[in-house]
Amino acid sequence: MNQGMVTAAYIIAAILFILSLAGLSNQETARRGNMFGIAGMAIAIFATIFGADVTSYVWLIIMMAIGGCIGAVLASRVQMTEMPELVAILHSFVGMAAVLVGFASYLDPDSHLEGAAGTIHNVEIYLGILIGALTFTGSVVAFGKLNGKIGSQPLMLPNRHLLNIGIGVVCLILLFVFIGVGKGAGTAILVLMTLLAFAFGVHMVMAIGGADMPVVISMLNSYSGWAAAATGFMLSNDLLIVVGALVGSSGAILSYIMCRAMNRKFLSVIMGGFGNAPASVAGDDGEEQGEAVPISADEVAQLCKDAGSVVIVPGYGMAVAHAQHPVSELTTQLTKAGVDVKFAIHPVAGRMPGHMNVLLAEANVPYDLVLEMDEINDELGDVDVVIVIGANDIVNPSALDNPNSPIAGMPVLEVWNAKQVIVSKRGMATGYAGVENPLFFKENTRMLFGDAKDSVNGILGAL
Amino acid sequence: MDIGVPKESHAGERRVALTPETARHIQKLGHSLRVESGAGEAASISDQAYKDAGVEVLDDVKSLYQQSDLILKVRAPGRHPTLGNEVDLFKEGTTLASFVWPAQNEALMSELAARKLTVLALDSVPRISRAQKLDALSSMANIAGYRAVVEAANHFGRFFTGQVTAAGKVPPAKVMVIGAGVAGLAAIGAAKGMGAIVRAFDTRPEVKEQVESMGAEFLEFDYEEDDDAAGEGGYAKVMSKAFIDAEMAMFREQAKEVDIIITTALIPGRPAPELITTDMVESMKPGSVIVDLAAEQGGNCKLTKANEVTKHGDVTLIGYTDLPSRLAAQSSQLYGTNLRHLLTDLTPEKDGVIDVNMEDEVIRGATVIKAGEITWPPPAPKLSAAPKPVAAAPDAAAMQKAAEEVKPSGVKTLIGIGIGVLAVLALGRVAPADFMSHFTVFVLACFIGYQVIWNVSPSLHTPLMSVTNAISGIIVVGALLQVSSGSGFVTFLAATAILIASINIVGGFLVTQRMLKMFRK
Repeated sequence: MNQGMVTAAYIIAAILFILSLAGLSNQETARRGNMFGIAGMAIAIFATIFGADVTSYVWLIIMMAIGGCIGAVLASRVQMTEMPELVAILHSFVGMAAVLVGFASYLDPDSHLEGAAGTIHNVEIYLGILIGALTFTGSVVAFGKLNGKIGSQPLMLPNRHLLNIGIGVVCLILLFVFIGVGKGAGTAILVLMTLLAFAFGVHMVMAIGGADMPVVISMLNSYSGWAAAATGFMLSNDLLIVVGALVGSSGAILSYIMCRAMNRKFLSVIMGGFGNAPASVAGDDGEEQGEAVPISADEVAQLCKDAGSVVIVPGYGMAVAHAQHPVSELTTQLTKAGVDVKFAIHPVAGRMPGHMNVLLAEANVPYDLVLEMDEINDELGDVDVVIVIGANDIVNPSALDNPNSPIAGMPVLEVWNAKQVIVSKRGMATGYAGVENPLFFKENTRMLFGDAKDSVNGILGAL
Repeated sequence: MDIGVPKESHAGERRVALTPETARHIQKLGHSLRVESGAGEAASISDQAYKDAGVEVLDDVKSLYQQSDLILKVRAPGRHPTLGNEVDLFKEGTTLASFVWPAQNEALMSELAARKLTVLALDSVPRISRAQKLDALSSMANIAGYRAVVEAANHFGRFFTGQVTAAGKVPPAKVMVIGAGVAGLAAIGAAKGMGAIVRAFDTRPEVKEQVESMGAEFLEFDYEEDDDAAGEGGYAKVMSKAFIDAEMAMFREQAKEVDIIITTALIPGRPAPELITTDMVESMKPGSVIVDLAAEQGGNCKLTKANEVTKHGDVTLIGYTDLPSRLAAQSSQLYGTNLRHLLTDLTPEKDGVIDVNMEDEVIRGATVIKAGEITWPPPAPKLSAAPKPVAAAPDAAAMQKAAEEVKPSGVKTLIGIGIGVLAVLALGRVAPADFMSHFTVFVLACFIGYQVIWNVSPSLHTPLMSVTNAISGIIVVGALLQVSSGSGFVTFLAATAILIASINIVGGFLVTQRMLKMFRK
């Protein structure tokens, strides 16, 4: 294949990728969209392999085969509740690949760029490695936090903002030094900068609390895109630039949507430290304490049977307890009994954007029963029973009526307007925001204590 | 609270303040309802229908007034045909919700105050977004506008719609609507729906969009008024002499051409402006019709007589002032719903106890008498509804939203754009052409990404992330290009990159596929 054909293939691939993302606009076209993506990727890889630049196939085929197998195994084994972890670790791979490609490009003896072109090329390499490196460690830490291997509490180093700024400044200085020196010293500087960026990535995500994970995941998604785009600049490859920009803006928009759903500023999420300080605030307005009334699974079953309409609000607790299948079963049973069952999903429920939708889909809940917060919030007043399963902050009334609350102004599902609210929860602990939830003490709220899966199974048994 | 709804006593009034549907909602607020027998008859609501909705039906008006703490009415209390002054029927301390028109009815106001009543005037509800659901003026104006077209059609000897038939061609009727408030827009919609060619004029240029959204042509002439024509509360204000001259010249032109003129021009608290002069009427084609919705305030045409249909030459002039009442079932339903929303606001606890909360801007505006003390006029509203006059039916909500979304951010945006342009220019100055071409691709791709991603359904955000994960594995292309390099170390780096990027590609696409398969209807 000559260069023109390769470029043509890249154009086709880029269009297919755009169609792939466009296909995700609704469920009907989503699968076709994924197929477009696969086709685009296949075209791009074949065009590259059979292009003029690639001569040795042995390594290439072995590595792709091994990588492909690992990917296939990962994809088929992963539990739907673990999707956030998988996504995080995949981000880290993109970051690492960007670092490796960056180094390879710098060390490649064949490249000889002089003058402004050389400087720009070096800046591109530098930035590509920088973004790639912090995406890599940031994603690894996010993976650890989601996995529970690293505590989800934010790590607050003293002077952490200064530390971040310091690393940033040093990286900037190193950039100017790097442009000026030759290849030998340059490699040393690149390594040094990579280590700094690794540290920065770790520090950045460590400082972010568990509740902000949806933002972190989408932010890292965005970074992995920018890393790919930077690599594209470095290799003068338009396909990489296009794909990187697509992914980068996708992640950026998701981060924005998630921030808006939590009424937080993107910068303050990145600055981190949300999940621990507010404990004192909760203590201050202790007058909101009241008595939480427990209820048994049998009584809940009776309530549901008598209800005309039931809305289920799932949260991360449902994912942790793997309760999506019993919940789906509950939906089927109630629907058969003539009860109108719907799901209400808050944008930041779970640990990544759309997490709850995927879990419910896995458990065969039809997606037309699953409504977004904006679609259902106004109707909650007419609902007979709302069952909150493992959610806390997203149904907290103080977000609306307590201006001093740390989550004040965050849009929440107004479940307390329903006639009866059942909250299934392990205990009275606070959610990730560390804020007391007055919902539990409302007159029309009953607490169903216990593991979400056991509780739902209990209700099913009683039905 | 015990709520009573008497039959309207005003001659020819067919509306009623309660319908069975609103009754069900009001009872949910904890109130009990009783209605005078026959109150809904003229609006096609039988006593039985009320009974079925759980409303008690009383034959005796006097005992109805005696038993009620809150009276819902359409018209302000006036002369009862048999019982004298209706104000005297109220027991002291009762609350009344109805149209009152405090500015025009000073004597009535002092009578009501003397009776120690609390009076909520539906006509005094402030015109702010939150109060739209209880804006009875708008719902009545909407009906009046619709009915005006029906009346015009009734007196117009031709089709509205154009047709080509075997018996010859029928030209479509031309309708001019003056004043594009709620009534005007409703008239435009109705006339358009019947197939007429509709033109509309309003002194407020910002309603042009609303007029055009209803399918009418917005009439314009060359004249610049110094400031905005929108006055307080979303109404038009009085215009300058030169403006009026230009306006009249245009009407004169139009009058010769159109078949039907519907005028709705009113400025609150003033006599209606004369827009259609006698010579204009005389220049109209024989058989033309003028419907003057401002007839009650003297009319936009001096020849119209309030409550009558008259002829001037071959032109019919309709001056009905009771157009909403002529669609009694519809207007009762809308008015009743407005009242229901008022009661919802008055009963925040849903416990049947009414709280006339003077801190609430909407309730404060509506309350013209509080326990015998005249509280009208209210202090000026904090927010003027000027930029968003309520349009007819479905457009209102959409327009409202659009108006809220477009926030003025002028200077900041300009500065931002300026900095952006300068930065790109600066980059272009130092960077080689090759880089700039890649940069072009990059920026365009960002924009495509932006457009495409906003369309992604929120429920598919997880698949979106995994698919973007997979396609960002495209970085493998970079590694593929390097793996054939002469240097062993570079080959090693590239091979490792291929390995992990391949995990990404295969893993990402497969897991997306797995997830998408699960989504079912």
